[in-house]
Amino acid sequence: MHSLKSITALAASSAQVDSFDGLTIQERADCAFASLAARRGEEAQCAAGAQALLGAELPAPGKGVLGEPYSCFWMGADQWMISAGYAAHETLDSEVKEAVGAAGSVTEQSDGWCRFDLEGARLGDVLERLCNVDLLAMQVGDVSRSRLEHMACFIWCLEPGQKVAIYAPRSSAGSLHHGLVEAAHSVL
Amino acid sequence: MTEVNRLDGGQINRAKEVSFTFDGHRYKGYEGDTLASALLANGERLMGRSFKYHRPRGVLTAGSEEPNALVELRKGGRQEPNTRATVIELFDGLEAAPQNAWPSLRFDAMAVNDRFSNFLTAGFYYKTFMWPKAFWEKIYEPIIRKAAGLGSISFEEDPDLYDKGFLHCDLLIIGSGPSGLAAALTAGRSGARVILADEDFRMGGRLNSETLALGDQSGADWAAAAIAELADMPNVRLMSRTTIVGAFDHGTYGAVERVQDHVAVPQEGKPRQIFWRIYSRRALLCAGAMERPIAFADNDRPGVMLASAVRSYLNRWAAAPAQEIAIFTNNDDGHRTAADLIAKGVSVPAVIDVRADAPSVAGTELLAGAEVIGTSGRLGLSSVTVRLANGQTRKVNCGALAVSGGWNPNVHLTCHQRGRPQWDADLAAFVPGTDLPVGMSVAGAAMGQLSTAQALSSGACGAATALEAIGITASAIDLPEAEDAPISLKPFWHVSGGKSRAWVDLQNDVTVKDVKLAHQENFVSVEHLKRYTTLGMATDQGKTSNMLGLAVMAELTGKSIPETGTTIFRPPYTPVAMGTLAGRATGKHFHPTRKTPSHRWAEEQGAVFTEVGDWLRAQWFPKAGETHWRQSVDREVLQTRNSVGVCDVTTLGKIDVQGKDAAAFLNKMYANAFAKLPVGKVRYGLMLREDGIAYDDGTAARFAEDHFVVTTTTANAVLVYRNMEFARQCLFPDMDVQLISTTEAWAQFAVAGPNARKLLQKVVDPEFDLSNEGFPFMACGEVTVAGGCRARLFRISFSGELAYEIAVPTRYGDALVRRLMEAGEEFGVVPYGTEALGVMRIEKGHAAGNELNGTTSALNLGMGRMVSKKKDCIGNTLSEREGMNEEDALKLVGFRPVKSDETISAGAHLMNASGAVNAKVDQGYVTSAAYSPVLESSIGIGFLKNGDARKGEIIRAVNPLAGQEIQVEVVSAHFVDPEGERLRA
Repeated sequence: MHSLKSITALAASSAQVDSFDGLTIQERADCAFASLAARRGEEAQCAAGAQALLGAELPAPGKGVLGEPYSCFWMGADQWMISAGYAAHETLDSEVKEAVGAAGSVTEQSDGWCRFDLEGARLGDVLERLCNVDLLAMQVGDVSRSRLEHMACFIWCLEPGQKVAIYAPRSSAGSLHHGLVEAAHSVL
Repeated sequence: MTEVNRLDGGQINRAKEVSFTFDGHRYKGYEGDTLASALLANGERLMGRSFKYHRPRGVLTAGSEEPNALVELRKGGRQEPNTRATVIELFDGLEAAPQNAWPSLRFDAMAVNDRFSNFLTAGFYYKTFMWPKAFWEKIYEPIIRKAAGLGSISFEEDPDLYDKGFLHCDLLIIGSGPSGLAAALTAGRSGARVILADEDFRMGGRLNSETLALGDQSGADWAAAAIAELADMPNVRLMSRTTIVGAFDHGTYGAVERVQDHVAVPQEGKPRQIFWRIYSRRALLCAGAMERPIAFADNDRPGVMLASAVRSYLNRWAAAPAQEIAIFTNNDDGHRTAADLIAKGVSVPAVIDVRADAPSVAGTELLAGAEVIGTSGRLGLSSVTVRLANGQTRKVNCGALAVSGGWNPNVHLTCHQRGRPQWDADLAAFVPGTDLPVGMSVAGAAMGQLSTAQALSSGACGAATALEAIGITASAIDLPEAEDAPISLKPFWHVSGGKSRAWVDLQNDVTVKDVKLAHQENFVSVEHLKRYTTLGMATDQGKTSNMLGLAVMAELTGKSIPETGTTIFRPPYTPVAMGTLAGRATGKHFHPTRKTPSHRWAEEQGAVFTEVGDWLRAQWFPKAGETHWRQSVDREVLQTRNSVGVCDVTTLGKIDVQGKDAAAFLNKMYANAFAKLPVGKVRYGLMLREDGIAYDDGTAARFAEDHFVVTTTTANAVLVYRNMEFARQCLFPDMDVQLISTTEAWAQFAVAGPNARKLLQKVVDPEFDLSNEGFPFMACGEVTVAGGCRARLFRISFSGELAYEIAVPTRYGDALVRRLMEAGEEFGVVPYGTEALGVMRIEKGHAAGNELNGTTSALNLGMGRMVSKKKDCIGNTLSEREGMNEEDALKLVGFRPVKSDETISAGAHLMNASGAVNAKVDQGYVTSAAYSPVLESSIGIGFLKNGDARKGEIIRAVNPLAGQEIQVEVVSAHFVDPEGERLRA
């Protein structure tokens, strides 16, 4: 075990939680991410390898699958983001690469992103002040790329109408967090 | 003040009295009043002064189309000019001031302009301020600008918050009058997701203003019941105080919700207004119609109002504009107004109807076939002069005149995508055309269905049809019986023959005479008419005047009104404050801030930060006793060159490139060759635009046969990634290559200086050989640090020193910089910022953004030979153009001042040692300059014609703007270690 101490995207030693009446904003520092892109002509093999790892088919555009220990959402043409718990899967990219072999390009993305989970009965009221995703139309696992606080984010539905995960570039975590909290203050 | 004109009834809350001030006087009103209704109830008709002639003006309408009654609302940072008194919801403590009047509303010195009205006609400025030409910018324009404009601002910061938001629905219904409510009930009961938006604070539209019954209920009661039912539907969102300001692409609508405009001070942390983007599958425009005035002499006198507005004030707000109100009309609506007034006990001295066959009116005298040819009264109407059907004139005493010239369907939103309305001869008005915005349909009065019964049925039917198109079935609803009177109207636009001016556009002071002048001077197109006279160009966008203006023009040109046409309708429908559009994105939140992994640590060190794009980077790290930034920067440079320094370089773009064709792909991207780069090596690369101009440089590190990590400059990280993605998808779709940004994923630090290796050896785990042999210049590899933390190490140097860049997962970046500083203590390690970085790269002659400035080629940069002739790459063909390869082409060289105490300025132009200083003999320019603490001199690099061959020559660096001219010696751009021995050490 190395001796470097990690900090969260908000530059703290532990994840930030903000609670409001009807909404909780929870920073998630415990997730590992790896991107997977199918190699040209190897799409089927890549999908098979990924399915063996995930226990589910690679999701279609706009969709995601939630599972244990791996979850995944569609990110672009023949491209997906796979996530798992950081503590047990810090080298998630290696696990994914092993599963897909030469059929896929895998890149570590764990620290490329910050993630905030928004949960609560008033989620919809706050989310409509933040981005143009239609929460009511989202099923579990659905994912949408949307601009939020001037940043390109992923909004991933974890529980319809109740819980979403928001992914944004890590370096802007402070701006995103500010936007989320301001919107919550504005509404709640 | 007392409410001399307050009547019984109305839809105001008499249990809640509110106090407000206007023009320094205190008044009282009730919850539910507007500022206009409360002022009228208090007997005040004079509410403002006109834009150009400062003529006394009162309220014309009861809605957002108001051109006259504009006030400055609130004070200090909340002061807002040009606010329409007709839509200001009264609240306790409201402060409003008249605008465009000095010293007071009743006595306005600038009213002298009215005396010179013969000179101030349309085109006055264009004709008058022609000479001398030079006077325009410095004298005329400032004076005119000072005199022009309506209202003022405090120049204090607005203390309120504004928000933005996004909504989705199956059906957006715009307007909550009878058609909108019928539509909402139909759609709401079907289960569709419905948004019903209305700009008013009380929904119901004209139902709140008329005495017409719906079934056995009053219109207002029926509306209230419908709204209550809709409010209980979870699938319906009612948005009062919300103006749909624009119809945009793909069913998207812009809406401004005035959340807290009706309170004195908004609740802490809550927005005053919200700008919504509404994404609708279908939209139904139920925006109603606007009554139009008739132009006649002195028709702008306070007290001259639209008849529908008089009914609104009477029935909804229980306020009579005056004790005696005459009617001037060309249709039956004027008669309805008379009946309502009489029912409320207001005296109606006469109904003046231009129709010779007008029906009689009970309780008042009908002057059929008559016209109003003039008005009298100081600061307010006291009488009108009528030309009777027999040609005689007669004076009718009245404090207000209710005018009705017919109705214009509210077609604005139907035209926001360049749709053109169609002429309806029966209505003598434009109705929506067929080229509506995608997904929009229209119902009710907005469609020309002017009776209440028509509005109800077309609203219900319109909703059902719109929903059917998206697969939602809506059942018919029971509609109440309602008035269904036919239209009886004689088109009549303006009274001719009056002695005084007849006003068309009340807000911009445009008269019938101005329109005639425009015609006389051949500005006959409606678009020219608009711009020449400013008709319809005020904040009301000519809602009550455009139709009148083009009708007058049609009459003058002998064309029909539809042949004359309309001007373009553009968003926003009503004015939108800039703050509302900005939302929360103000001040430092105007854009996102990107922080480096070492930001917190740098803050602890007292770093001074600079913005680089969205990034905040440490610029320098002042130490105790340093009073000038140069002291800090010189120290950082010297200590790095003498021992070791550390700089956070995370901001450089990092692009992960993988795939079987990754190397071939990079060969296309870079001017120089990458295919044969060995695994474990880094190579400097230059990227060209299609036109052969260099646009970015960086490195590519090969971690495996099919895996590279490309770095870009900070500024171009996104551009390079975008260009590479474009090339991957569109130019070379057959290549197997995948890209993803990893800029954020890795915290990367430059460790530079003669002791860099020694320092890193204390941090990188011992099993990794960092010796010059084991890890030579331009090597790269995966290592571990601090006992097993995975890391990437690159031996590259921007400073020219023995240098490395080490990267760890971003979460460990803070810990790594602390570890590096701790481990480097014995070497006197310093952190250095972007200033020292810049100084060292200039000392080394490395190009950066100043040199890659969009005009320079590889040849200019001294890298001409890097552009491989053996392979094809983006930009190489056009880089061979003759003009880019001239013998005396600009070449990157260095400069030192001949007098060592002189300073070279970046941007200075280079001239020969003697002779003229002008663009014709320009020899080049200085791109970057700095003080070199190593050379103890100012230095610069830049582009000089044939610079390679001119080393040793003395030339001049001139800055004519600052009056500077110094002699400089042309030298190599590589001031420090030109042979590169240090970085290979």
